[in-house]
Amino acid sequence: MSSIEFRKDLFADERDDTLKEIGKPTIRQDILGHVTGRTPFYDDHQFEGMLHMRAVRSPHHHAQIRSIDTSAAENMPGVRRVATAKDVPVNLNTLLSLINFGRDDEPLCAHDKVRYMGETVAWVIADTERQARDACAAVRVDYSVLPHVLDVEEAIAPSAPVVNEVYPNNTFDYHEKYDHQKLRFGDVNAAFAKADHVIEAEYQMSPIEQAPIETCGAIAAPETNDRFVCHTNTQALFFSLGTTAKLLDMASSRLHFIGGTAGGGFGGKVDSIVEPTAVLGAVLTGRPVRFAWDREEEMQVGAPRGGERWRIKDGVMADGRIVAREFTGFFDSGAYMRLSPYAIVKCTGHLPGPYSIPNVASNVYCVVTNRTPATAMRGFGITAADFAIECHMDRVAEAVGMNPVELRILNAYRDGDMKAHRRLAKNTALIECCQVAAGKAKWAISTDAAAQSSKVGGGGERAAIPESVTDEEGRIGTRRAGQTQGAAPATNSTGRVAAGTAGAATSGAPVQNSDMEIDAERIGHRMGSTPVSAPPVAPSPPVAPTPQAPAPNPAASVPTPPATPTPPPASEPYQPEKPFSRGVNRPGASRFTSGFRRR
Amino acid sequence: MAKTPVTFTLNDAETALFVDPGANLNEVLRRGAGDLTTKHGCGQGTCGACTVLIDGVPHLSCLTLAETVERRRIDTAGGLAGGPNLHALQTAFMEGFAAQCGFCTAGMLMAAKGLLDANPNPTRDEVAEAISGNLCRCTGYEPIIDAILTAAARMQGRAV
Repeated sequence: MSSIEFRKDLFADERDDTLKEIGKPTIRQDILGHVTGRTPFYDDHQFEGMLHMRAVRSPHHHAQIRSIDTSAAENMPGVRRVATAKDVPVNLNTLLSLINFGRDDEPLCAHDKVRYMGETVAWVIADTERQARDACAAVRVDYSVLPHVLDVEEAIAPSAPVVNEVYPNNTFDYHEKYDHQKLRFGDVNAAFAKADHVIEAEYQMSPIEQAPIETCGAIAAPETNDRFVCHTNTQALFFSLGTTAKLLDMASSRLHFIGGTAGGGFGGKVDSIVEPTAVLGAVLTGRPVRFAWDREEEMQVGAPRGGERWRIKDGVMADGRIVAREFTGFFDSGAYMRLSPYAIVKCTGHLPGPYSIPNVASNVYCVVTNRTPATAMRGFGITAADFAIECHMDRVAEAVGMNPVELRILNAYRDGDMKAHRRLAKNTALIECCQVAAGKAKWAISTDAAAQSSKVGGGGERAAIPESVTDEEGRIGTRRAGQTQGAAPATNSTGRVAAGTAGAATSGAPVQNSDMEIDAERIGHRMGSTPVSAPPVAPSPPVAPTPQAPAPNPAASVPTPPATPTPPPASEPYQPEKPFSRGVNRPGASRFTSGFRRR
Repeated sequence: MAKTPVTFTLNDAETALFVDPGANLNEVLRRGAGDLTTKHGCGQGTCGACTVLIDGVPHLSCLTLAETVERRRIDTAGGLAGGPNLHALQTAFMEGFAAQCGFCTAGMLMAAKGLLDANPNPTRDEVAEAISGNLCRCTGYEPIIDAILTAAARMQGRAV
């Protein structure tokens, strides 16, 4: 067993020393079930008369659906129902719509076109899994193949095909205005001009499949009280419930979700696809329905960690001090957004890594391509950026002829330093980690590096927020992505205003939701004002297809978000209910524009 | 399609079932015999989660035609414990944190049992070889190998 070393000297004031469980072996609460094989995974719930549901999937990266002929499949042995997009009451969603982030951009079942290989175009529900597979093969789909794009930078070129009409520039629109997420801290270009070395490199990380041993799946069944039970291996039970309620236009009180046991997940079981599909099957047939991905689907359709491309440019002094760091990043979201735009926001808060660098600029793009949509995986938003940053640190060390561990110790953030996203660093321990790692690896470091401490030398000047230059690049407006000179932060600064404010210096303050009180209408999925008639449990008549959201005109100044709740007008003065515990607490002032100039 | 009668011994119990032609043993154990302790991970013979012993030898149940087990003996994780008394492998897995999500565990235990029944004093390399057909995405394998070696030592009455 590996031993754990506690460095209580570093965090002595953070907690008392009464930990009873950490650092010694313990027996998992659920392990008796695991070793006897009696842990009930979702697929271990057996229902009398359970039907099997399989998806018909697109063989193309990008294609128009001309027609779907299900008649042959419907007449095959054991087939109970063939379903298509028109059977999904609200066939457009985005995963984070439950927290009002992003526009609805993804159907549960494609109806006008497919945007990635393996996208669902129809389902078959049959008595056995084999019958369902055979019938899926008999569904005839007439496709008109469209040009596709699989590379992030090709996707933002003006000539690229539009993958998802909800995002006509093939990029997520941050703050409804910008085709990328910005970070500006100080003035990188001024610092590059003064630096002894400027070191640039590009890093690419491929998509990575989480590959849990148990594939994604769910079993749904009608309950006698007009509800539907759903056994699922989701990692996000209430997201799955809310998403199902929205897609099937069903009060969430009619859904009884049971989860909590996943045969591995690692982020790949948060996308809420199998649950609404299985519940739809149960609604359409009135029978228990199992919808489970096989291994091939898990690998092809299951959302991976998205690919990322990073370009890093560092300005470095001859003594190894990094004085400027600039990022250009591209997240490959795949055909639909899901969690990628959020991952970029998280990533931007992490830049420039655990280092105290006085000038930082970053443009990160969330790009739509015809790849399988990406989703969560262990530390997503951080992992690839860290990979790129640490590779780059080694490259910088080589360029200035310095011990790479000493370079990290020299540039490491220390307690009290201001990070680029305007938060003070605390409990920093990179220096100590480097010292211990060097010792264990028998990697010699200088006595000066060995004497450094995270607790000393931070704060003071290093706690200041520098006056930060910004640029006008990155607004979408009439701009089609790719028409500007490049994706990297502009070299000509155009003013000293806060990023993301369209030039209005102080209106960038976040608008808080004021209505946090809980009332009945806010719990779960809200239905329309008309009384809810319970959908029949027996096979239901086809529901009118939900029209695809109108494609915003690429030339329009700001595309209208379809079906997204209107946020409160930004012009209302910002009135926090409670002042921030740290930072600016004046109404109307953004803490991003405050701070004093750094030398 | 005519179904085929198949009789076999499942964890000491005589079992007789009608199976579809071409049905795999994993499906028949889970849906037919109702032994849910054997898992289905890939259906392609790559993950090992469905490992069972057929006449004492580890087999991938997802790639075994059910008709071929006629009059043979099948052991699954469900039969590993003797009533309330856990098998030494089960105890060692529990104590050694050799499972996290638990989905590979049943197959891993059967691969390990197949090894220890044939080779009661395996080396570390032999243990690694024996479970090399069983994927685990949680543990990184080391706790599993440790647990199997611990169980082997205890079964031989050796100090761990």
